[in-house]
Amino acid sequence: MSYFIDRRGNARNKSAVNRQRFIRRYRSHIKRAVEDAVNRRSITDMERGEEVSIPTRDISEPVFQHGQGGKRRVINPGNKEFVEGDRMRRPGGGSGGGGSGEGQASNQGEGEDDFAFSLSREEFLEFVFDGLELPHLERKQVADMDEVRPVRAGIARDGPPARINIVRSMRSAQARRIAMRSPIKRALKEATEALEQEECKDPVLRNKVRIAELKAEIERLEARLKAVPFLDTYDLRYNHLINQPMPSNKAVMFCVMDVSGSMTQAHKDIGKRFFLLLYLFLERNYEKVELVFIRHHTAAKEVDEEEFFYSRETGGTIVSSALTLLDEVIESRYPAGEWNLYVAQASDGDNWDDDSTNCRELMIKKLMPRLQYYAYVEITPHAHQALWGEYERVEEEFPDRFAMQQIVEAGDIYPVFRELFKRRVSA
Amino acid sequence: MSHKRESRLENHAPASGSDWSFELLEHFEHEIARIAAQYRLDIYPNQIEVITSEQMMDAYASIGMPVGYHHWSFGKQFLSVEQAYRRGQMGLAYELVINSDPCIAYLMEENTLMMQILVMAHACYGHNSFFKGNYLFRAWTDASAIIDYLVFARKYVAECEERHGVDAVEQLLDACHALQNYGVDRYKRPSPISPEEEVQRQQEREAYLQAQVNALWSTIPQAEDDDEQLDEVNDPLGLHRRGRYPSEPQENLLYFIEKNAPLLEPWQRELVRIVRKLAQYFYPQRQTQVMNEGWACFWHYTIMNQLYDEELIGEGVILEFLQSHTSVVQQPGFDHPHYNGINPYALGFAMFTDIKRICEHPDDEDREWFPDIAGSDWLETVHFAMRNFKDESFIQQFLSPKVIRDLKLFSLMDDDHDDHLVIDAIHDSRGYKRIREALSVQYALSHREPNIQVWAANIRGDRSLTLRHVQDDRRPLARSVYPVMRHLHQLWGFPVHMESMEQDEIARRYQWPLPEEDSASG
Repeated sequence: MSYFIDRRGNARNKSAVNRQRFIRRYRSHIKRAVEDAVNRRSITDMERGEEVSIPTRDISEPVFQHGQGGKRRVINPGNKEFVEGDRMRRPGGGSGGGGSGEGQASNQGEGEDDFAFSLSREEFLEFVFDGLELPHLERKQVADMDEVRPVRAGIARDGPPARINIVRSMRSAQARRIAMRSPIKRALKEATEALEQEECKDPVLRNKVRIAELKAEIERLEARLKAVPFLDTYDLRYNHLINQPMPSNKAVMFCVMDVSGSMTQAHKDIGKRFFLLLYLFLERNYEKVELVFIRHHTAAKEVDEEEFFYSRETGGTIVSSALTLLDEVIESRYPAGEWNLYVAQASDGDNWDDDSTNCRELMIKKLMPRLQYYAYVEITPHAHQALWGEYERVEEEFPDRFAMQQIVEAGDIYPVFRELFKRRVSA
Repeated sequence: MSHKRESRLENHAPASGSDWSFELLEHFEHEIARIAAQYRLDIYPNQIEVITSEQMMDAYASIGMPVGYHHWSFGKQFLSVEQAYRRGQMGLAYELVINSDPCIAYLMEENTLMMQILVMAHACYGHNSFFKGNYLFRAWTDASAIIDYLVFARKYVAECEERHGVDAVEQLLDACHALQNYGVDRYKRPSPISPEEEVQRQQEREAYLQAQVNALWSTIPQAEDDDEQLDEVNDPLGLHRRGRYPSEPQENLLYFIEKNAPLLEPWQRELVRIVRKLAQYFYPQRQTQVMNEGWACFWHYTIMNQLYDEELIGEGVILEFLQSHTSVVQQPGFDHPHYNGINPYALGFAMFTDIKRICEHPDDEDREWFPDIAGSDWLETVHFAMRNFKDESFIQQFLSPKVIRDLKLFSLMDDDHDDHLVIDAIHDSRGYKRIREALSVQYALSHREPNIQVWAANIRGDRSLTLRHVQDDRRPLARSVYPVMRHLHQLWGFPVHMESMEQDEIARRYQWPLPEEDSASG
């Protein structure tokens, strides 16, 4: 009548589709939560999910229900001191402290609690990138540094003893042994049989010479059989390694930001979002990504993330100071042959008048030849200043490694980011 | 069965410890079946599936349907279960059983051996025999066809999504879900659902339905005022004075929509039908919560005790069982922080246990209250009760003064014409009947849900649809009436009105689209 089925091995994500449907439906709510999270979190802390909560009323599924009012009788358990005919005040909306719960019909659970759930890491990132289609921005568009690394390339007959492939060596030894020993064995067998035949004959008819010959032959064959070596140098096989140029999997990302008085916190938040996107992109492409934060006003300084985004500075702006520092850091810590170098710069476009030309010089002569990619965003609603013009000339020089865009408000970031990378695809 | 097996078991110590194995499960299943047969529990064959807790969450989220169509609301359900479970606010249900033939029951891998035995007794014999025996389930659901129908529904919904887009299907299903409690025939037995037939006749039905609807709406709509102005002189043949359509109020809103909504495409009608059929399938469950759980608890209690008496389970197991059983049938008082209404497990278990007591050891009170069953064969009586009642009538018939006293039930009257709440009955001789009456009403679906029916479809005028809500004890509709009417409007395609009736007078009118929008657009 009954039978058991073990279903534990079955797929367990039967609800995955429904979950996706839910997420799809509440996209806008979730997106808002994700954006908040992006502002709140550190750049390096994007690779985990997020708690999202949605007001219950937004996701309720309405049905016809009785409302408050009218006459209703409710049966409750656990009477202690009531007797028939007891009258009591209706618990007021605000007071609510009274000991007796009165058992208001509980079908009116207009709970204002939020509906909370967690997004997985993948879902979170998908919302962060929202349509950026990162898979299409594979590393092929990025001119990576090559690094030489040994790669297995089959089996060779010679090599250093440390790389002996024992299984393959023993296998060929066995094949050789079989091949070399079997003709000897066959001859041995024939000789032995002939000898026996001779010895079975009547003593008068035995050919003594023949027997002596056969015995000598058997002895000789046995010696030959023994002489076949168990393992010969000829058998040895080695794992073969060849050196192959491989794209380097180390990258360093420099975040360069103007923190002069003209950059407000809002500007910096936009900048943060931009850096974040680039970081996430790099992180998916490289095993190891290091971050260097350089901020500058009239002088540049390397700082940590917290200070980079949230400390306040005032003063004028000299962009070249940051570029010089950038160059020094690369020189001292990140030799271009080993690291993929990315620079993201955010600024409001202000610069000391004469400095912009210096910047161009620095860029074209020193920096750009070593960099994988340089992305510049100008966060300003205003007209461009000298720096933009100079950078445009850099862009002409290095069209597929330098990109610049203008951002006016936070909403522009994703499109701009996409634009920056799309250009590389077409380039 | 065989002698060999029995002797082997005799050598076995009674089960103790908490680890289970398939061998042990089969052994106990076998023993439970033997005991259940003694008590004449008639069941569908059991298909017992062992699953992980994640799979349990999946099963849970799809309201126990082993295959469901895709919809965001199930995703929402899943997320909330998952969240609550992860935070430890809620243990997962230990069991889940599906009214199908074979009856599918889930055992969670994490359960202890005791739990597995308990769940088998509870679900595979308790609920299962209830599904097979109770008149509502016999009349309204077709256990052998439901799984196939669910498969059909899932496929059909997926096909519609492909052809018409996920959004279009989702919106339609949202609207249908809002009305699904009004998608059941309450008094008329539905024709059984058969998946083969469904698929086979679906095309046919699409064409036929559409033709019917077209016929209904074929008259060219005329301005409403024309309709009213025509008197006998101008309209001697009475062409414009036909009766209201539908001639009788219709309780099954979804059925009415499926057959009459003017603008729905055939596939949309089919989806309405699917939601309606599933609502119909769950309809008996909503009406037999107390009985169903009470019956299952009664039997797991009886079976577990007998297993113990026969020394098939040890003392550790029975103590673990009693601890778990008492927490399941516990009824916190109304002033307890965890109070959440009457616990159907507690009430149902108390009532079935009490029926047994009345049969076996009746006292004078029982003879007065239950002359028919006092002293009768208890097994016969509980089976009779299980087969022929639903919660409402079961309470009306069998709630004994002793149970009322044990649970200390009292009745609280909340009348908005009175600024005080009144205790109008407690567990004393004057109150028993009134409490029984009131509790029975409390479990009547007709009382729990507003009484709403299709009143009129204006087939010759503006094609608007009018619903009537008959107020019960002056209880108005909750604010959710507006979103639900919006959904109804999506299905109907023309304005929707609702009249809330109090004693033959219209107390309140609702309409969608809202009048402001009307004037704005007009």
